[in-house]
Amino acid sequence: MEWRDTGILLSLRKHGENSAIVEAFTPEHGRHAGVVRGASSRKLGPVLQPGAQLDLQWRARLEDHLGSYTVELQRSRAAQAMGSRLALAGLNAVVALLGFCLPEREPHLPLYQRSEALLDLLGQDELWPLAYLRWEMSLLEELGYGLDLSSCAVTGAIQGLVHVSPKSGRAVSAKGAGEWADRLLPLPPVLRGEGAAEDADIIEALRVTGFFLESKLAPAIGTRPVPEARARLIDRLEQGLS
Amino acid sequence: MSSTKDIDALIEIMAKLPGLGPRSARRAVLQMIRKRALLMQPLADQMTRVAATARECLNCGNIGTADICDICAAEKRANGQICVVADVADLWAMERAGVFKGRYHVLGGTLSALDGIGPEELSIPRLIDRIEAEGVTEVILALSATIDGQTTAHYIADQLEGRVTLTSLAQGVPIGGELDYLDDGTISAALNARKSL
Repeated sequence: MEWRDTGILLSLRKHGENSAIVEAFTPEHGRHAGVVRGASSRKLGPVLQPGAQLDLQWRARLEDHLGSYTVELQRSRAAQAMGSRLALAGLNAVVALLGFCLPEREPHLPLYQRSEALLDLLGQDELWPLAYLRWEMSLLEELGYGLDLSSCAVTGAIQGLVHVSPKSGRAVSAKGAGEWADRLLPLPPVLRGEGAAEDADIIEALRVTGFFLESKLAPAIGTRPVPEARARLIDRLEQGLS
Repeated sequence: MSSTKDIDALIEIMAKLPGLGPRSARRAVLQMIRKRALLMQPLADQMTRVAATARECLNCGNIGTADICDICAAEKRANGQICVVADVADLWAMERAGVFKGRYHVLGGTLSALDGIGPEELSIPRLIDRIEAEGVTEVILALSATIDGQTTAHYIADQLEGRVTLTSLAQGVPIGGELDYLDDGTISAALNARKSL
């Protein structure tokens, strides 16, 4: 078995003295692991940093095997990330969430394309928070927990949408909410692509997507909690406000 | 085979050491047996002594043979600077260079979502206590130029902001490094950190 693909490095776990088990997110093979020999060498050390765009060649005797990767760097994102606290927190959140959410060896091409585009924006701190919010919404959608904010789940109205149902992820208008309003999540306009998209609005919107990550997606894929890296990104954004 | 049982057991233990495999462990054991008086007995004595006395410094986390390591015990190293490193191996690397004259603080790792190492697993509260207790004026973050290393550096910087001067090691072209062989991330970091001549 052998294939060649591009991929985003998600994680690296030491394996023996010199090798590592690397997980990469690829367009055609999804989240896929493989052993990289000599991963702790001086040559490969700087290449194998989370977020790096790699040219990957995977080989194994049988498809079920872990297999081994031959890697070549296409572009490094470490330098951009290390230059900014927000970028570093963002990179950590993206790779941690992808590693957490994605099933192994299942392609998710639209999410891959969005992830690559998002990581290429690292370092552009004024654009990044909104791009991250859009990416997180697409992550939820790709994994079956997308928010439907086009119309009210109760009345069908497309105006005056101010709530999100924590059960269905659908928008609800003030009229439709009635006496249930206090049990619904707020719907920040930025989630519908409306309003000024200030950082405070984005943080509020991330609380809504965070609710669905924590209460819907995470329990569906196992017992592990959503990675801490996401909370640290939101802390970073909040610190930027003060 | 039973006559070599003890020797085989020794080879098996030696083969577990970093840098040694079964073949190199066999060679090492054979060499020690040949130089029993010169090498093996002193090594065994020294290992017994170190096994009994080696411990972590209660102050900085360095490995020494006393509760407080030599660096922390030396008055002349209390110059107001603390160099924060991830691991004892990093501390020893800094000491080999012989350039830094202050004290150290060993974190015991770096933040890592994958390995489940959060801030509470690192000795950051102890670092904060030391800053107050030892009248520290500068904290030098000597952490690896990796995503995990720099995430940890920024986390510590957030915790210490306003209390003390914070600096970190420079990143860029290593001594003897040729640009042609450097990865683009290192070149980019070096360019960002360029200085006027």
